[in-house]
Amino acid sequence: MWNREPESTDMPGVTESTEAESGRFGVFGGRYVPETLMGALDEVAEAYRAASADPVFQDEFRSLSTDFIGRPTPLYHARRLGEVVGHSAIFLKREDLNHTGAHKINNTIGQALLALRMGKRRIIAETGAGQHGVATATACALFDLDCVVYMGEEDIARQALNVYRMQLLGAEVRPVSSGTRTLKDATNEAIRDWVTNVQDTHYIIGSVVGPDPFPRMVRDFQSVIGYEAREQILEREGRLPAGVVACVGGGSNAMGIFHAFVPDAEVQLVGVEAGGMGVESGLHSASLAVGSPGVLHGSHSYLLQDSDGQVAPAHSISAGLDYPGVGPEHSFLQDSGRARYTFVTDDEALDAFHRLSELEGIIPALESAHAIAHVLAEGRTYDGPVVVCLSGRGDKDVAHVARTEGRGELL
Amino acid sequence: MIESVFTALRSEGRAALIPYVTAGHPHVDSTVPLLEALADRGADVLELGIPFSDPLADGPTIQQSSFRALANGMSVARVLEDLSRFRARRDTPVVLFTYLNPVVRFGFERFLAAAVDAGANGLLLTDLPLGSDSALEDAVAASPLDFIRLVAPTTDTQRAQEVARAGSGFLYYISRTGVTGAQSELPSGLEAEVRRIREVVDLPVAVGFGISTPEQAGRVGAIADGVVVGSALVRTLEQEGVEAGAAFIASLRAALG
Repeated sequence: MWNREPESTDMPGVTESTEAESGRFGVFGGRYVPETLMGALDEVAEAYRAASADPVFQDEFRSLSTDFIGRPTPLYHARRLGEVVGHSAIFLKREDLNHTGAHKINNTIGQALLALRMGKRRIIAETGAGQHGVATATACALFDLDCVVYMGEEDIARQALNVYRMQLLGAEVRPVSSGTRTLKDATNEAIRDWVTNVQDTHYIIGSVVGPDPFPRMVRDFQSVIGYEAREQILEREGRLPAGVVACVGGGSNAMGIFHAFVPDAEVQLVGVEAGGMGVESGLHSASLAVGSPGVLHGSHSYLLQDSDGQVAPAHSISAGLDYPGVGPEHSFLQDSGRARYTFVTDDEALDAFHRLSELEGIIPALESAHAIAHVLAEGRTYDGPVVVCLSGRGDKDVAHVARTEGRGELL
Repeated sequence: MIESVFTALRSEGRAALIPYVTAGHPHVDSTVPLLEALADRGADVLELGIPFSDPLADGPTIQQSSFRALANGMSVARVLEDLSRFRARRDTPVVLFTYLNPVVRFGFERFLAAAVDAGANGLLLTDLPLGSDSALEDAVAASPLDFIRLVAPTTDTQRAQEVARAGSGFLYYISRTGVTGAQSELPSGLEAEVRRIREVVDLPVAVGFGISTPEQAGRVGAIADGVVVGSALVRTLEQEGVEAGAAFIASLRAALG
């Protein structure tokens, strides 16, 4: 199941995966949605199957990846970070250098192309930190599609800059005031919109979550990260990495970088969840580390829940990781033992945010800072090169960090 | 059990009235007296919602009732206790209406057995559509509970037939694409849609989503075997209390003839 090779290792495109038959990764995944959406999911799955087999679609996706997104992104040898860690071969996969400043655009360009094929001119999306919202608004501007982005009120307050960026790009940002007023409820509201407007609307889910085919489709659009990184590390070091490290909220950058390495059994895959105020405090987003399997947002996966099956509120300093669920393929990789999931706290992530800025001149997104924090703490234990997915840049977080550290309002 | 209610009503020439309420709303102790009042004032079948934190098929009214019920301390176990207390007093069939996660967490098989023990007659799971999970679907089908399944305007005719064959009790036709919530107008083309479904299925067909007035209930009752009213009732309960809710159901019952 995992032995699929990319058609071309220099710039792999999107190829159909075998999970298409079952819509599941082991026992995880599935399509637990209202009946109204079942036809639309069939339509998306069929359009994606046809697009995957269509060289015209592949070429268009690849050329936009190159000319619009700016791929391939560099694999950067972080020497000063390595000195501090005590490891000479720490490499950063620079997804922060993509257009719009994060990996999210890889998926939104792919799905917007798919929406065009399906004749859907209205796009909806959910966003937490705002990176996926900005990436969706960008793709919609590029293709002249209507765009509505659902965002929790709490995140709107944390990420004012990204709200304005989406508006500049022509999107409508709809505040979500229900429930936790963060990513979970923005996702609920986007699903409600989709149920209502399914005939003319495509829902661009921002992570490897939701009902089939979204987890495998988003993974495939993001898998370019890992295919590039694998080739780059082989070229530079002449060997595979000992570890591949990425932060995990829903888990799209992690699935994107893990995918190419899954068949390489000697490569440790490490996902870093948001430990928030510490998992013992209950204020965290570590669904894999301390959650249990359940059904949320259309798929079966690990999630944070109470003993009565009510979804528990998540917490993270990073809006993009503040989500009580996780993509079903991560649940599968955890249970099968192929990947390991750990967590770091808000304070450790904040420290890493500063350290990477000072050591390398790279301000990371708070989400990506979780992966850096893991490397700061445990990097020296890897017996060989370590590739870290630097999923996004931290410009969006500067005002929030300044406020958190008592420097007042910058914006 | 549930289908026999429809059979009896069909001989009377009227549609079944099926009110929905969220357990634990408006108050944690209101569920049993509310169900009794609804049964006494004209409900033919009752839908009892087990509240869930993320009710993504529901609009604002039922969302708020679910959040309120959870804040009131309502739990799956408490819903089943309330149901058995109701069952000791009235025979009106009850369909439990909820999302998958609270049931999976409770233990799926254990829940089915406990629901039967408590006196439930049917189960409706909004996020377990046909083909989504054969193990869970088979377990419900094998239980004594009627498996109430949904058909939407986006369900093609062939799938509607398959859904109906996999269900029992009645088939729930969702009147519009969208979430639950009272609407000022019935969707245009509803009559033709309901006719399309009734022509190809054997189960009684009840229509829900958006029906909010006696006049609308009367019009839907003329074309369907059952009329489901949820948000309009929940809103009345929220704003005016149990007695007003029961009076509202009586007005709907009168409109069905």
